[in-house]
Amino acid sequence: MSKADPAGGLLSVVVTGLGATTPLGGDVTSTWSAMLAGTSGVRRITEEWVDRLPVKIAAPAAVDPVAVVGRVQARRMDRCEQLALVAAREAWADAGAPTVDPWRLGVVVTSGIGGIGSTLAAYDTLRDKGWDRISPYTVPMLMPNGAAGWISIEFGARAGAHALVSACASGAEAIGYGIDMIRSGRADVVLAGGAEAAIMALNLGAFAVMRAMSTRNDEPERASRPWDKGRDGFVLGEGAGVVVLESQAHALARGARIYAVAAGAGYTSDAYHIAHGAPDGAGVERAIRYCLDDAGLSASQVVHVNAHATSTPEGDPLEAKAIQSALGAAASGVIVSATKSMTGHLLGGSGAVESVACILALRDRMAPPTINLDDPDDDMTIDIATKPRPLTPPADGSPMAVLNDSFGFGGHNVALAFTEYSGG
Amino acid sequence: MTDQEILSGLAEIVEEIAGVPADEVTPEKSFVDDLDIDSLSMVEIAVAAQDKFGVEIPDEQLKDLKTVQDVVNFVSKGV
Repeated sequence: MSKADPAGGLLSVVVTGLGATTPLGGDVTSTWSAMLAGTSGVRRITEEWVDRLPVKIAAPAAVDPVAVVGRVQARRMDRCEQLALVAAREAWADAGAPTVDPWRLGVVVTSGIGGIGSTLAAYDTLRDKGWDRISPYTVPMLMPNGAAGWISIEFGARAGAHALVSACASGAEAIGYGIDMIRSGRADVVLAGGAEAAIMALNLGAFAVMRAMSTRNDEPERASRPWDKGRDGFVLGEGAGVVVLESQAHALARGARIYAVAAGAGYTSDAYHIAHGAPDGAGVERAIRYCLDDAGLSASQVVHVNAHATSTPEGDPLEAKAIQSALGAAASGVIVSATKSMTGHLLGGSGAVESVACILALRDRMAPPTINLDDPDDDMTIDIATKPRPLTPPADGSPMAVLNDSFGFGGHNVALAFTEYSGG
Repeated sequence: MTDQEILSGLAEIVEEIAGVPADEVTPEKSFVDDLDIDSLSMVEIAVAAQDKFGVEIPDEQLKDLKTVQDVVNFVSKGV
């Protein structure tokens, strides 16, 4: 309960639970084994509206959340809220369903777009049947903080429920804010993550009109191909990731299993263009450097980066250069992976799912592969895993660190650092 | 339509919308206190009941319909 770290510094934050429901599997174990096996979750979509669109592929959640949440609760929740709740329940159970003072338990669970499916469906009802046929739960279904609210209710979390929104950086930013809640003494335990459920005609059309999406419709499994010369845009995925963050003291007091230290976060904004990353990559580079500073890490401790790398022609090389310049000479020892090659892009869920992947990479000392990288860009200097690759601890015996990059429209750059937990 | 028919029709609606098993939707039950139905779901139930029974339930009436029997009586008078 004490606010101050006995050592006088910031409270140490650890990860004690993981949850995910993704295009690769309905839980963490199935998702992670599919990742290590290099499985693609992308497939041809069959809804009739796809005929009107140039994009006919996506990566839907492998397990329908309605079946997990239950029909009655699900009809009051948007699909992104359902996915978030599924991941939160798994993470909570994985953490051993800790007993926590409700006023010390926080939630930071967000989304890039929020309840867009409910918004669209409610509008159809309004137009076709009238205002009084709209579900009375429409507002809580469409609001982007809905998942945070539902999760706070489910677990009785009363230290604050938050939903920071920064497009495709939202899930990572949520975890960063969760770390801050514990460091600043506002909470002992925080459920943090993000979710997205946006595979609908409007969203596919809206991204397609930006020319941001892959139209490799005849080869869905090969469509998401970060850093490959043949890439032609991202593939929209859906799902959620949630982690249980906990102060080290709280985790130790209850004898919790500790996966990793949630060591720090770095943030910048590009202030350049609403939907294009700044071409100098300075915002990304600094977010990574600020993250290392915040976590008290040297670049030589970093063994793995789970990159944002969405498979867009312009974004991927920018990030590769920024990783190289942020880590400097140490970059040569870093294995980089783009798991979006398998999951597609979960927008506001991606930073959370990729943080789960980072933490499991640390646990297993194994970087997941980047699939479809058949013909890499010519000037690549970073080392990209195309098969699962073992991670080797730094020679000086310091703890291994892994990073997750997440960027969002609006110019948001977020980097998170997780390190091996080495006891007391 | 008999009161029994209205009751079983209402019970189906309540099961569909609020997940309360139809056989627990008995006349003496209070929607809020016994069946744990919130005001938002109550609005949905009222709209579904209007559609099913063809009886308008104005908002000012809805707030007085506290038990399952109250709704059955109201629908029964209106049919």
